[in-house]
Amino acid sequence: MGSETVLKADNLKRYYEVKGGMFSKGGTVKALDGATFQLEAGKTLAVVGESGCGKSTLARLVTLIEKPTQGELLLGGMDIASAHSKEDMITLRQMVQIVFQDPYGSLNPRQKISDILAEPLKINTKMSASERREEVLSMMSRVGLRPEQADRYPHMFSGGQRQRIAVARALMLRPKIVILDEPVSALDVSIQAQVLNLLTDLQEEMDLAYLFISHDLSVVKHIADDVLVMYLGQPVEHGTRDEIFSNPQHPYTRALLSATPVADPNRKKDRIKLVGELPSPLNPPSGCSFHPRCPLANDRCKAERPVLASTSSALVSCHAVEEGRS
Amino acid sequence: MSQVQNTAGQIEAEKQISPLKQQFKEFWFYFSENKGAVAGLFFFLFVVFVAIFADIIAPHSPNQQYREFIQLPPFWQDGGQFQFFLGTDPVGRDVLSRIMHGSRYSLFAGCIVIVISLTAGVLLGLSAGFFRGFYEVVVMRVMDVILSIPSLLMALVLVAMLGPSLQNAMIAISITYLPHYVRLARASTVAEAARDYVMASKVAGAGKMRLMLVAILPNCMAPLIVQASLSFSTAILDTAALGFLGQGAQAPTAEWGTMLADAREFILSAWWIVTFPGLAILLTVLAINLMGDGLRDALDPKMKRS
Repeated sequence: MGSETVLKADNLKRYYEVKGGMFSKGGTVKALDGATFQLEAGKTLAVVGESGCGKSTLARLVTLIEKPTQGELLLGGMDIASAHSKEDMITLRQMVQIVFQDPYGSLNPRQKISDILAEPLKINTKMSASERREEVLSMMSRVGLRPEQADRYPHMFSGGQRQRIAVARALMLRPKIVILDEPVSALDVSIQAQVLNLLTDLQEEMDLAYLFISHDLSVVKHIADDVLVMYLGQPVEHGTRDEIFSNPQHPYTRALLSATPVADPNRKKDRIKLVGELPSPLNPPSGCSFHPRCPLANDRCKAERPVLASTSSALVSCHAVEEGRS
Repeated sequence: MSQVQNTAGQIEAEKQISPLKQQFKEFWFYFSENKGAVAGLFFFLFVVFVAIFADIIAPHSPNQQYREFIQLPPFWQDGGQFQFFLGTDPVGRDVLSRIMHGSRYSLFAGCIVIVISLTAGVLLGLSAGFFRGFYEVVVMRVMDVILSIPSLLMALVLVAMLGPSLQNAMIAISITYLPHYVRLARASTVAEAARDYVMASKVAGAGKMRLMLVAILPNCMAPLIVQASLSFSTAILDTAALGFLGQGAQAPTAEWGTMLADAREFILSAWWIVTFPGLAILLTVLAINLMGDGLRDALDPKMKRS
C-alpha cells in the first residue's frame, strides 16, 4: 500500500461574513478555524465532533465547492490556490469526490442510474457513449449492483442500494480522495455494516484515501486509521485510532467517548456529562474555546488559546494536558 | 416477495421491448384512473379534430352570408332548417360553421400563450432561483408589479398600446401570465438547488447551464405542467374576453369571444346566437381543466404507487 500523501491541509480556515440586520450587528462566523492534517493514500482519516464543529465546512473546502479564507490545501501535491485554468480544475476535481449522508437526497430522482453514474464522465472525459456505458456497468458490478438495474430510477432502490449508487458515482472519475460525509448514519445498522465493508474493500482495491466525517464513534473505531477530533472549528486532538480510543487526552475527547453507547450491560458507566451548549461560532469564547464546558478549566484557559502540541500519544491542544492537570 | 420480483421482471422485459411504449403505458395507467380526465381528454381531442378539419367538416363557409336565412333558429325549433344545424346569426352566417372555425383561434391562442409564458417564465424563474442576489430581486419585484394589476385590465392596457388584434392579444395575455410561471419556477428551483444531488453534480464539475437545465429543471416541471394545462383554459377564456371587449380578434373573424360580442344585443330575441359559442367556450375550458387534473396525477412521481 502506498504512503503517498494525497491530501495536505495547513492551517485551513473558512470564515463566513454575516451581514448585520436592523437589530443585530454583523460579524464573522469562524466555521473552520485552523485545521492542519494530512492524508495518505489507502488510509482513512475520521473527523469527529458534534454538529456545528466545522466537519461539513471541511468537506466543502476539500471538495472545492468553496474556497478557504486562509491556509493552504494541497490535493495530490497540487496547491488549489494556484489552479486557475480549466484543465487544472478538471485534474483537481478528478482527484476528490464526495458521498453524501442522505442517499434519498443525493440522487436526482429524474435520472436513470446509468445517467447519474455517467454524468461525471460526460463532463470531464471525452469518452464515447458506449465507453461510458461500459464504465458504468463495470462500476456497478464493483459496488454490488446488477447490470439490469442500470435503467431504473432512484426511487426503485432501497437506502443501502442508493448509497452503493452514490459510492459508485463518487468513484467514476477514479479519485484518489473520497470524502464520506456521514455515509452510513442514514442507514439501518445491518445495512451500515454492508456499506462499510464495501467501502473497506474498495479502499484496498483502488488505494483510496478516505476523509470520513462522522459523529458515530463506533463506526469510526471500525473504519478509521487516524482520528481528528474537532470542536468549534478547531482540532482539539489528532492521533491514530488506537491512541484516541484507548488513551484519550483532551477532556472533550473523553466526554465524547464516554457518550458512546456500548452493548455491555455489565460495563461500569462513568459517563462524563458536558454542561452547557455549544457556543456560537459567531462569538466564540476567549482563550480555549472549550473552557466554558471544561471540567479542568482554569484562568489560563480563559485567557490563552492552546495549540496542538505533541504529548506522549496524540497531538492535543489543551493547557490542562500540557500542565499535567488532567 | 416472489410475486414482487415477478412483476419487476415483467417490467424489465417490457422495458427491453420499447421503453417509450412502456412509459406511455405507465402514464396511461395512472391517467385513466381519473374518469373525468379521460372524458376531458376525449372532448379535447374532439375539439382538436374539429379545429384541424374545420374546412372539410364545416357545412358552410364561416363568413358566407345567406341573406334569405337571417336569424334562423336551430333545426329542432319551429322555422329551423336542417342545413343550418344550430341556426344562423343576424347576417345569415351559419352558427355551427363559425363555432367550428372559431375553435381554431381559441386553441391556437391557448397554445401560443402557453408556449410564450412557459418558456419565458421558466427561463426567468430558473435563473432567478439559481443565481439569487440582486438579479433575483429585480425579476421578482417586476413580477410582483405585474401581479398587482388585475390581469384583464393589464391585458387591455397592453392591447391598447399594441393595437387590437388577435396576435397582440396573445402577447398581452402571455405577459399577464408570466408571474405565475416565474414564481413557481423560482420557488422550486430554490428548493431543488439546495439538494445534495445538485451538490454532487457540482462536485463532478457540472457547469451552470448543466446544473440548471439537466439537474434542476426536470425536477421543477411537474407543477409547471399543471399550471400550463390550467392556464391553457384561462388563456382561451381571456382571449375570448378580449374578443368580447373588442380588443382581441376583430370582426368578422369567427372567434368565440368576438361572436359573443357581436350577438349580445340578440340575447333575448335569438338565444342560439349567444348560447352556442358560450357553450363551446364552457365545455372546452371544462374539458381542459379536467384533463389538467389527470395530467397532474399521472406526472407527479409522488402520487405514484411504486
